[in-house]
Amino acid sequence: MLSIAPRLSLRTSGVTLVLIALAIGFAALSFFIGPSQLAPGELLAGLFAPHGGATIIAREIRLPRALLALVTGGALGASGAALQGLFRNPLAEPGVTGVTSSAGLGAILALYFGFAAASPVLLPAFAVAGALCSAAILYLLSRAGAGVMALVLAGVAIASLATAFMALALSLAPNPYAMSEMVTWMMGSLKDRTLNDLTFAVPLVALGIAVMLTARRGLDALVLGEEAAQSLGIDIHSVRRRVVIGVALATGAATAATGAISFVGVVVPHLLRPFYGYEPARLIWPSALGGGALVAAADIAVRVIAPDGQLPLGVLTAMLGAPFFIWLILRLRREP
Amino acid sequence: MSPLSLNGVSAAYGARKVLHDVSVRFEAGQVTGLVGPNGAGKTTLLRVVLGFLEAEGEIAVLGQTHWSREALARTIAYLPQSAEAHWPILAKKLVALGRMPHRAAFAPLSAEDEEAITAALDRCDAGLFAERRMDELSAGERARVLFARALATKAPILMTDEPAAHLDPAHQLRLMELLREEAKRGVAVIVTLHDLALASRFCDRLVVLRGGRVAAQGAPGEALSDGVLAETFGVSAVRMEGATGPIIPWQRL
Repeated sequence: MLSIAPRLSLRTSGVTLVLIALAIGFAALSFFIGPSQLAPGELLAGLFAPHGGATIIAREIRLPRALLALVTGGALGASGAALQGLFRNPLAEPGVTGVTSSAGLGAILALYFGFAAASPVLLPAFAVAGALCSAAILYLLSRAGAGVMALVLAGVAIASLATAFMALALSLAPNPYAMSEMVTWMMGSLKDRTLNDLTFAVPLVALGIAVMLTARRGLDALVLGEEAAQSLGIDIHSVRRRVVIGVALATGAATAATGAISFVGVVVPHLLRPFYGYEPARLIWPSALGGGALVAAADIAVRVIAPDGQLPLGVLTAMLGAPFFIWLILRLRREP
Repeated sequence: MSPLSLNGVSAAYGARKVLHDVSVRFEAGQVTGLVGPNGAGKTTLLRVVLGFLEAEGEIAVLGQTHWSREALARTIAYLPQSAEAHWPILAKKLVALGRMPHRAAFAPLSAEDEEAITAALDRCDAGLFAERRMDELSAGERARVLFARALATKAPILMTDEPAAHLDPAHQLRLMELLREEAKRGVAVIVTLHDLALASRFCDRLVVLRGGRVAAQGAPGEALSDGVLAETFGVSAVRMEGATGPIIPWQRL
């Protein structure tokens, strides 16, 4: 009898192990890189036992930064994989669909109106609310029968609108400090993150990814298109809701912590897809791992390229991601 | 009892009524063809049965009018028009999707599932490329794999919408033979077709729809009478082998 066990299972689990190793490796490397020139031994000693300055740097600067890279990248990678499965299109991702910018706008509004100063919960809450708003618009459009192209164009419009409001908030900024805070969010950076940022991001990102994972069966059925998926017993509206809410939670929380980091969600699932048999459901976890590894690596790169912190992470991912995106469009055009 | 019967069914897309008081039965062990011009309501009829579109009137599947989504998915296998694979997964993985209605969430494939998948692939002469990716297959091969997906569900009712539309003549004939083989197994096969020659040759019964109403139904020779052909399709036809043989649309009227 023909065996349905994946032909590539050995290769696939190998790739998963490599991804885990990369994520851990880059996070560890990220932990050891920084302007303070502390030796790895000192940092480790500081991490595990009170050790003066080394402890403060290890526990409050390096560790949150390294872990937040994994969490943010994981959120973006998983969101990209889930959105691509839902839209059945490799170009979908939180950035392209406007979810990232809307989350950024939410964060900036929280800063602008002073909510962020009132309570540390409010900034992430505003970012997630912003992400949910744009996700809800996309969901309603897709429910009204809009095609993938229309959704991507709507995403572009949402992103422009969010960017316009961010620019307005900037030009109306009450003081230079608020302005520089907002600029940081627009550009995306892991610089100077605290354990607080990590504590808020982790549960929301985990919840978001968990919600996306509940849509796995539906995403697999969607390989056959919406009507065939429905005929297989899938509640298509529930699948859309889960993906959209999961993406809004994960991306919103990630963006709240780090600002807008684009193109991770499009690059990672695309590169990993062939190793996981092009199956949308199997791609979510590996994309989370790959996204974490990529953001951690990019965050190392920005510190190696510009040790004084002049290169924001979001700028680097956009500089590398945008050409990749265009290459992907060209490649898709050639394939029928 | 017919596996599927519609009694006085009407349906609308918004304000536009697309089915008017349709009453038809579909029998087990028969291939029933749904024919009619574009916009006659063929696809809508299938969508109404699947619950994609709200309808008035009574729709009984295996005698029951209320179905859970999951139970209906085990009972009716549906192959939509111009079906395609949206990601190039392996052919056997695509066919395995047909087993989804029988499986608990994320449960591994049971021996029964594997058997159904293998049998469906073999029946569609697709066993040879089970291990290949969908984007490595020709259009005809892909159509066979997609059809095998519908068969793998092993549902007592099989509905397929314009399955012959994009196939070359040899694949069209093979597809119609496959539908006949399914009927022989006792499945109630429902197929929408534009090709009246195929419909009249391979179907046991035809239901002719016009403007959302049943214009005629019965054996192909009766359902496609000269009058129905003229009124519904605006054509006259040549009849091969006398009154019961295949019908070839010949001239516009």
